[in-house]
Amino acid sequence: MEVYLDNSATTKAFKEVGDVVKEVLCEDYGNPSSMHFKGVEAEKYMKDAKEVLSKILKVQAKELFFTSGGTESDNLALIGAARANKRAGKHLITSSIEHPAILNTMRFLEEEEGYRVTYLPVDQYGRIQLNALKEALCDETILVSIMYVNNEVGSVQPIEEAASIVKAYNKNILFHVDAVQGFGKYRIYPKKQKIDMLSVSGHKIHGPKGIGLLYIDEHVKIKPIIFGGEHQKNIRSGTENVPGIAGLALAAKMIYQDLENKVDNMRKLKAHFIEEIMKIPETTIHGLYDETSAPHIISVGFAGIRSEVLLHALEERGICVSSGSACASNHPAISGVLKGIGAKKEFLDATLRFSMSEFTTLEEIDYTLQVLNELVPMLRRYRRH
Amino acid sequence: MTFQTFLLKYGEIGIKGKNRHIFEDALVRQVRYALKDIDGDFKVKKSQARIYVDCEGNYDSDEVIARLQTVFGLVGICPVVRKADEGFEQLKKDVIEFMDEMYPDKNITFKVESRRSRKSYPFNSMEINYSLGEAVLEAFPEIRVDVHKPDVMLRVEVRNEIYIYSEIIPGPGGMPVGTNGKAMLLLSGGIDSPVAGYMIAKRGVGLEATYFHAPPYTSERAKQKVIDLAKIVSRYAGPIKLNVVNFTDIQLYIYDQCPHDELTIIMRRYMMKIAQHFAEESGCLGLITGESIGQVASQTMHSLAATNEVCTLPVYRPLIGFDKQEIVEVSEKIGTFETSIQPFEDCCTIFVAKHPVTKPNINVIKRSEENLAEKIDELMQTAIDTVEVINVR
Repeated sequence: MEVYLDNSATTKAFKEVGDVVKEVLCEDYGNPSSMHFKGVEAEKYMKDAKEVLSKILKVQAKELFFTSGGTESDNLALIGAARANKRAGKHLITSSIEHPAILNTMRFLEEEEGYRVTYLPVDQYGRIQLNALKEALCDETILVSIMYVNNEVGSVQPIEEAASIVKAYNKNILFHVDAVQGFGKYRIYPKKQKIDMLSVSGHKIHGPKGIGLLYIDEHVKIKPIIFGGEHQKNIRSGTENVPGIAGLALAAKMIYQDLENKVDNMRKLKAHFIEEIMKIPETTIHGLYDETSAPHIISVGFAGIRSEVLLHALEERGICVSSGSACASNHPAISGVLKGIGAKKEFLDATLRFSMSEFTTLEEIDYTLQVLNELVPMLRRYRRH
Repeated sequence: MTFQTFLLKYGEIGIKGKNRHIFEDALVRQVRYALKDIDGDFKVKKSQARIYVDCEGNYDSDEVIARLQTVFGLVGICPVVRKADEGFEQLKKDVIEFMDEMYPDKNITFKVESRRSRKSYPFNSMEINYSLGEAVLEAFPEIRVDVHKPDVMLRVEVRNEIYIYSEIIPGPGGMPVGTNGKAMLLLSGGIDSPVAGYMIAKRGVGLEATYFHAPPYTSERAKQKVIDLAKIVSRYAGPIKLNVVNFTDIQLYIYDQCPHDELTIIMRRYMMKIAQHFAEESGCLGLITGESIGQVASQTMHSLAATNEVCTLPVYRPLIGFDKQEIVEVSEKIGTFETSIQPFEDCCTIFVAKHPVTKPNINVIKRSEENLAEKIDELMQTAIDTVEVINVR
């Protein structure tokens, strides 16, 4: 049995998405900048995609920009906005458990461009502390970036409260949200939630890889970080990835259809999984696991088994999961997020992330539980000294 | 500049007396192997103690040179401009053009050295040297002749066609692979073992390899890394038959039955035994490891002796006196370093004790191994029977 529980790393594309991508690649392959009918056809895909996405987010179509993915969206938001607003100050705020796309961009701005960055601590459940945010804000602050859902432990950040605090302090401070793990699981309305910029990725929502979205409120001052033919109002040059854009829009449309039911189903599976897994001794769940946590991510520590070993043992039985975050797990550095939430030392390199999608079934979860019940005691017999 | 032929020089094998043709044939075979999958048509032939590679079609000289530099036994690679014989006046023009293109800075000394294997050519070597030298001097007044220590030795060979060359690019030296039997390399994913294989192959020895993996403690990627390393080594050593042995059950059994500070030594003894089994099965004349004295606990003199004790075949350890940095330098040169440092667990490290024995006593080890008597033969047999063979080329 093949069970894919690594949906926070990437997802299987909807079949319909695959179809539309192929059609645009092979049939309607025009360059939207071309003046002939092939170009006009391609432009129509872009226009339709923006319309779909702007309806989902309840924003204006002109406030949407397509990028190569979540990482580029984050880079553009942070670097572009920091540079465009540096006269107002050079202080940035983020959390200590952001995705590397944020953390390493912040580090770049700190080390290469002279910005000052505050990294907010998180509580034991992986949520930023709003008091710390209040204290960090200062006259120099120009941008705050907080993720919607943490990719490793699934904690959901108090986005609206944080945005309110920021805007109450100074309405000119920009508020960016990395919603790569939140989009498609929550209904997100930037205007209502006082979000100025929002990053989204295609392949986490059953869309194509290599396509992302950045929402930029029309009032935000931002500079491009990529230079070229002045596409997309010169905010993001480069011929638009039309197949990806069409695929992204369709995936977004499909994932939001009947969302509440799908999320409800994932929550039931998650609760069941956690209930059963807690029966295995010396096992812990990182972060919260009630309704306030993300419906699709479960981070489990198994004391005494290196995550890589359990991962490969599961793999032999057809079950795909991640150790820590897949994006960073090429080098087996110990997760900063787990350290950040104060996880016990024995779990730091002994944690797996199970992440579901709307396609995950009870049968798959039960099979996974059964295999874990076999493997965990067996692998615990052989410990490293 | 485009070259149409590469003249290959070999050193040591020239002195091998009556066996010379064996070495030359092996060299021709290895040259063909090195060029087999790059663009172009290559005719490799031997003639008068040299090997010529005539190139046709759409080839890239730099790529050809890079490949030839992986062929053990070659000491020099000369890129040759090959011209049809259209008379001596035309030859003068060709030589002048050659000098002009090869040496844009004319502030050099040179000497012409010709060979005439086609004895019917109307001029003898001395006359060719003199006339071509004169032509070059007339064309480029800044160039001077130095017959003792010229900057440029301009070589002209009159064969059916005419070969003009002046550059000798160093080859890797050594002996052609296949002239010295073959040996079994214990290949891990680390830095050392691929270098050890390379060094033995350099002396003309063909390679087979054995890798021990321990799923789920080691991953598919760790195995892929070893295949990738074998592939890089095979550029030099020719095709490698890689035996992938599943070692998990043996390892766990040792863990269950033996003192944990002796795990690594005992494990390595069983690895040697299994590798030796495959070596003997396929006619290898020795084992090769990447060990270097004192590098880790299992490579102290005592540990090496303990590991060696199970082997009946000779064990070759070409890195034995190398420091780590010296090994790294070779691995960078041969192109295995980048692959070797990918961070995947190998099966030697998964159960490693905090304080493994560094001075194992062979009698103590043997006594510990008595605890394995019940199942070890069966486990070894299973490991041997379930080997996965990958032909890397």
